Amino acid sequence: MTQDEIKALLFELIGEIAPEADPTDLSENEDMRSALDLDSMDFNNLIIAIHERTGRNIPEADYNKLFTLKGAIAYLAAPPAEIKS
Amino acid sequence: MIDYRMPALGADMEAGTLVEWLVKPGDQVKSGSIIAVVETQKGAIEIEVFHEGTIAEITVPIGRRVPVGTILAHIDDGTPPSPLPPVQVGIPAPVGETVGSTGETTAPLAGLLSSLGGIAAGGARLKITPVARRRAAALGVDPHDVTGSGVEGSIRLADIERVARGAPERPRHVAGYDAAAMRAAIAAAMSRSKREIPHYYLTETIDLGRALAWLESDNSTKSPQDRLLPAALLLKASALALRKTPRLNGLFLDGEFKPGEGIHIGWAVSLRGGGLIAPAIRDADRKSLSEIMAALRDVVERARKGSLRSSELGSATVTVTSLGERGAETVAAIIHPPQVAIIGFGRIVSRPWVVDGRIEARSVVAATLAGDHRVTDGHAGGLLLSNIRDLLQEPDKL
Repeated sequence: MTQDEIKALLFELIGEIAPEADPTDLSENEDMRSALDLDSMDFNNLIIAIHERTGRNIPEADYNKLFTLKGAIAYLAAPPAEIKS
Repeated sequence: MIDYRMPALGADMEAGTLVEWLVKPGDQVKSGSIIAVVETQKGAIEIEVFHEGTIAEITVPIGRRVPVGTILAHIDDGTPPSPLPPVQVGIPAPVGETVGSTGETTAPLAGLLSSLGGIAAGGARLKITPVARRRAAALGVDPHDVTGSGVEGSIRLADIERVARGAPERPRHVAGYDAAAMRAAIAAAMSRSKREIPHYYLTETIDLGRALAWLESDNSTKSPQDRLLPAALLLKASALALRKTPRLNGLFLDGEFKPGEGIHIGWAVSLRGGGLIAPAIRDADRKSLSEIMAALRDVVERARKGSLRSSELGSATVTVTSLGERGAETVAAIIHPPQVAIIGFGRIVSRPWVVDGRIEARSVVAATLAGDHRVTDGHAGGLLLSNIRDLLQEPDKL
């Protein structure tokens, strides 16, 4: 997936989890949990949705790499082998 | 024949608007079937039946707002019609209204514990001004068929005259929920709690080091959809601990404590548009951690979408609130009447902790119990908190 495709997917998944949130306002270094009012259940649901849509099984230890849009895009653009957990 | 009535979805509910029928006469239903959608202050709620039978007749049309206890449908279960039908779940016995000398209705009933356990029945009171009641009688309008436009939905003269003229009732269904109505419902319940319940508060700071280490290792072997959140452990530990202090699990009704039949934990879910709702996770002490996690995910999602079921509202015997990773460090919560206790977990924080005479950094959580002094003292409350603490030291046994 290209970075733009990843970004579009993240926006789509966030839209399903938190319909009231508007991820398009998100700046790329912002912690999306606070910016979009996502609690741990919401974030967990995002991880589940990413797994379902892309097959990418993100270990819990890596969750903190996906808190910002920039981090999440970089993480998902890189092949799993290059990510150390 | 069973009279299926508008259920009380919490002690503060007085009326609901029928927004959708999911069955029609002739349809078969069984216990747990969702038969209709009702709009309440808590949003749109799917209501269920607790009998097996055939829908014989639907007595309330879509769009009509009716008080709790109003017959919505007749269900043929093979038994003859009876003036005193079997007890319905979550529904106050129909006491009927009496017209006093002022023309006001008297408030019938207030809560009895239903035979199916742990369900609070609320009071139904038709709110109507005396002049509107007299006008309704003169015009031959049944006030139960009228949607009130006055304070708290009370029926005013203009409402009676509008219905008498044949003007259509305005269906009030909105997607999701009405934030202002929910705020009013929360305010009413919390005001009642502060007025009636002599709260006492106890806090215990609990070391979660072992629990979180176990969780991390357990989650590392699981795919994302099977992973547990700390909330599942806190909920399960609370449920198990409540078994040993049964006087903190139940309802205070008609001046006395009625123990809960089962440990049905209301899980406080905050709604993004503002507001709070606490659907019940039934028999939480008997669910596995995976089942608790699945139930949490399910009720949170449906609470936010506005598709909770009647059996999930008004049936909790105790409430647990967990503020999560972005909440405050402690929460001293307000008891949701007619319950007698609420357990609040703050944010999990890393703090210096003394272990074997040495200071270590540990993840800890503050568990705060609010208890009802009419039923228990701090002694029972302290036992509950120390039991929760001990259970969380052996997470593999939860």
